[in-house]
Amino acid sequence: MNTEDFWKGLWRENPIFVQVLGMCPALAVSNTARNALAMGLATLFVLVASNAAVALLRNFVPKQVRIATYILVIATFVTIVDYTIQAISLELHRALGAFISLIVVNCLILGRAEAFASRNSIGRSVLDGAGMGLGFTLALLSLGAVREILGSGSLFGVALFHADFQPWVIMLLPSGGFFTLAAWLMLFGRWRAPDA
Amino acid sequence: MSAPALPPGASEGGWPMARAMVGVGLVCGLLIVFVYEATRPRIERARAEALRQAVFEVLPGANSSRSFEREQDGHYVPARDGASSAERVHAGFDAENRLVGLALEAAGMGYQDVIRLLYGYAVESETIIGVHVLESRETPGLGDRVESDAGFQANFARLDVSLTADGRVILHPIEVVKPGEKRHPWQIDGLTGATITSKAIGSILRESTLARLPAIRVRLADFVEEVAP
Repeated sequence: MNTEDFWKGLWRENPIFVQVLGMCPALAVSNTARNALAMGLATLFVLVASNAAVALLRNFVPKQVRIATYILVIATFVTIVDYTIQAISLELHRALGAFISLIVVNCLILGRAEAFASRNSIGRSVLDGAGMGLGFTLALLSLGAVREILGSGSLFGVALFHADFQPWVIMLLPSGGFFTLAAWLMLFGRWRAPDA
Repeated sequence: MSAPALPPGASEGGWPMARAMVGVGLVCGLLIVFVYEATRPRIERARAEALRQAVFEVLPGANSSRSFEREQDGHYVPARDGASSAERVHAGFDAENRLVGLALEAAGMGYQDVIRLLYGYAVESETIIGVHVLESRETPGLGDRVESDAGFQANFARLDVSLTADGRVILHPIEVVKPGEKRHPWQIDGLTGATITSKAIGSILRESTLARLPAIRVRLADFVEEVAP
């Protein structure tokens, strides 16, 4: 089994920092580390499950209806995640709001189904989904952590600074998401290709 | 983008397509039903707990609450355990067991989907003293600010819903005006960028107060008499 299927999603083809996919949830629910982690894990689950299902069905579904079938499969797993999060914590469900349902249209998930799972074995597809999902989660978490630390002076709800700390409210607002993403993209770009 | 490799014959005719779509749809449907059934008890318990907390939020000053149900004859009696319904009235009492107000559930169409909310009705001043959104799927960052915007929430500090002298209808039904144009205590200042959602909140409250307050008002004694020592 090729471990590169797993590792590429974390680094070389990271969905957020390299492919710049799934920007809508990445910018919208990365205002706190907890929201970012929950969104990342929900996406990770959907990605692994839909990749596995799509790979399983790849010889059964005619190509004309493949996209419709993928959407059906993805929507099912998103609904499962939606109910599960509600059962775990209503408060978290409210914080993530409409973005849970919107995992359906995260182009990262359909993208992996079409580009990878529909032409590879189940094992490789699961590895690919896990790598991409984990890469997405880590990227979301790095956005969420920076925004929460600067915007609320805390991390996972734990206060980090002296009471005198003046939070940068802008980091919690949508514009803060863009600033943080730009900073991370710049950092990543330098890291990956120092001469570029 | 090139199509994925498919076995020969897999893309011909309607039967394989129908088989694939129906088969996948059936399995997906069953899976959703199974998960729904499995998670329902926990979700209902969590909702009931969230409702209990929301009652104290919309009735500042209350520190105990009891739920009442409406009987066929219009009287309110203490709610029996079991399935909660939106028709219930939650009465809030202060430390001396005086009735602070009633929390009522209301629902109506928002911009995306049905909005469910709970509002606190102060019996003495005949005003709405708090609104809490129980469930909504409004646009993040726009419509959903009706829950977080302090200026919009301030509309519900003392929103007048007093009845006419004969107690049949509300003297001035709640209305939503343009942001910053609130002149009367029964008006709600709209919220810029959340026009449809703020109007929806206003109309949900207007319809619910018009329909329910006159009937509840004549039965206020039902809630007070039931106070346990």
